[in-house]
Amino acid sequence: MTTGLLGQKLGMTQLFLDGGRAVPVTVIEAGPCRVSQVKTRERDGYAAVQLAFLELPDRKASKPSRGHFAKANLPVFRHVREFRASGDTPVGSTITVSLFAKGEFVDVTGVSKGKGFQGVMKRHHFRGGPETHGSMFHRAPGSIGSSSSPSRVWKNMRMAGHMGNVKVTTQALQVVDVRPEEHLIFVRGSIPGARGSLVVIKKSVKAS
Amino acid sequence: MNRLQRLNAAMVKKNMPVFEIGDTVRVHVKVVEGEKERVQVFEGTVISRKGGSSAETFTVRKVSYGVGVERIFPIHSPIVERVDVVRQGRVRRAKLFYLRSKKGKMARVAEREYMAEGKPKPDAAAPEPVKAGA
Repeated sequence: MTTGLLGQKLGMTQLFLDGGRAVPVTVIEAGPCRVSQVKTRERDGYAAVQLAFLELPDRKASKPSRGHFAKANLPVFRHVREFRASGDTPVGSTITVSLFAKGEFVDVTGVSKGKGFQGVMKRHHFRGGPETHGSMFHRAPGSIGSSSSPSRVWKNMRMAGHMGNVKVTTQALQVVDVRPEEHLIFVRGSIPGARGSLVVIKKSVKAS
Repeated sequence: MNRLQRLNAAMVKKNMPVFEIGDTVRVHVKVVEGEKERVQVFEGTVISRKGGSSAETFTVRKVSYGVGVERIFPIHSPIVERVDVVRQGRVRRAKLFYLRSKKGKMARVAEREYMAEGKPKPDAAAPEPVKAGA
């Protein structure tokens, strides 16, 4: 077994719990993942399991990846990620969403939606200035520091710049439902990334 | 249809009668009191429908002992057991929020006599409404 699984974000919807309460959920198509490589402490210096997700048509596969998967006697897959190994998992074995159970907590990692170059109001939630009443200060950042001392701008000063398209982890999300036969996992709340993007689901490090 | 839309479509109740804004409906709601579960009826005018597919909700307004009461029900929630259409109303807008500021005769909705094309009669879709006071 591994500690996590690869999946694809399908989007958000709502489910009704037993009491009729509606909860917002994100639907993730997770697995089935194949184990494409097992790394051992003796050979690689650390123990890990490499999972492969989403099969790739042979004509789209690169030669190096074909060679890599040929070693494991598997078809070529689109995504490959490493997870810490726990217990014995042979190469070629399949891991499905049944790894997670209803009520458990998970951490979901993905790449957030890219927002491009954004100003400080959107990027850092600065307040900005009044829009009207003769104001000439609208969405600008304002002062970024003192004058001759220190004669420079401090490091990590929050400014305008590229926003989004970074790796983000949302922690401690409750698993509302798991449907192993459909390879679906329903997680309470939102997760980073666009629909169809790759996400990594792991057992929660904080909640247990 | 993508997978998410198919999932949502599977959660849509099949046995919901067709009702529209302005209709008077009886909503049978499951209420859990401690251990026991019973069905409560909420009767009033549909003043709004919102959302789509499995997330659709409707708002029912009634005047109870002179106090206006509104409840929002998710159509496909398991607590909404049944919806009976008591009377069809003829209205000219999609949201009847103006009823909130009206009193007495002004707060009524005219009855609809004709049937919109392709829409089944409420009696055909829903069982006969329960007698008042039931």
